[in-house]
Amino acid sequence: MNADGWLRRKGLQSLLLSGLVWPGLGARVAYAQRMNSGRLQTFEDMVQPIVKGAPIFKKDVNLEAPILADNGSLVPVQIQVQSPMSAQDHVTHIYLLSQRNPVTQMALFQLGPWNGRAEVSTRVRLAGTQDVVALARLSNGEFRYSQMEIVVTESACVDAS
Amino acid sequence: MTRVRVQWPDKISAGDVVKVRMLIQHPMDTGYLQDFSGKLVPRNVIQSLTCTLGGQEVFRVVPSSGVSANPYFEFFVRATNTAEFKIEWTDDKGAKGQHLQIFNVTS
Repeated sequence: MNADGWLRRKGLQSLLLSGLVWPGLGARVAYAQRMNSGRLQTFEDMVQPIVKGAPIFKKDVNLEAPILADNGSLVPVQIQVQSPMSAQDHVTHIYLLSQRNPVTQMALFQLGPWNGRAEVSTRVRLAGTQDVVALARLSNGEFRYSQMEIVVTESACVDAS
Repeated sequence: MTRVRVQWPDKISAGDVVKVRMLIQHPMDTGYLQDFSGKLVPRNVIQSLTCTLGGQEVFRVVPSSGVSANPYFEFFVRATNTAEFKIEWTDDKGAKGQHLQIFNVTS
């Protein structure tokens, strides 16, 4: 084998190696960025610790949030519950539940007839693409809920800032 | 120092249902993130925040680490008369915050 051939062989080898290594590195980075922390909880897992077997219906709650959230650290969420907010029939609690966050209950709001309207909004953190549930407890002990999937491009649990 | 900004409409008449918006300056550290030296930042979130209007509690939030830094809340309240609007909160470090503002109702 002459020197020229050896050089070419070495070159081909390193080319092959770099070709093998780089996709692996890329996958590692992509995995770290996605960081879907924890497992996805089922709806029953999320809701039952609060509802405890009380009647629950998927109606009267309107959950508004972006379908695609670029930044998981700041996702605006608005919850509207159709309720007369009278002394007999009003919303007492609104729960915001996350399917994937390390802490399932993101926020709890306590309302009463003095609010006049059962509507709250806030900004939440989301650890990856998941379903978000808005659960409202009425004064008669029943529950209403609404569910929505939010696609998160950057999880709230990765930055080091 | 924690700063608070509260906003409601300029002109409120008795019986109106008005939107109250507030922004509280607080880091809301989750306890899952690291600082630049690689140490975990201990959890420090607001444990409970209450709004009282003229002595009556009108709104209470129990946030968790799932609420963004510098939390923003919006809610509605029925105006009856001019009263003192008070926001109070406590965080994990035991720091207490308070904010007072006059809720003006022109009848």
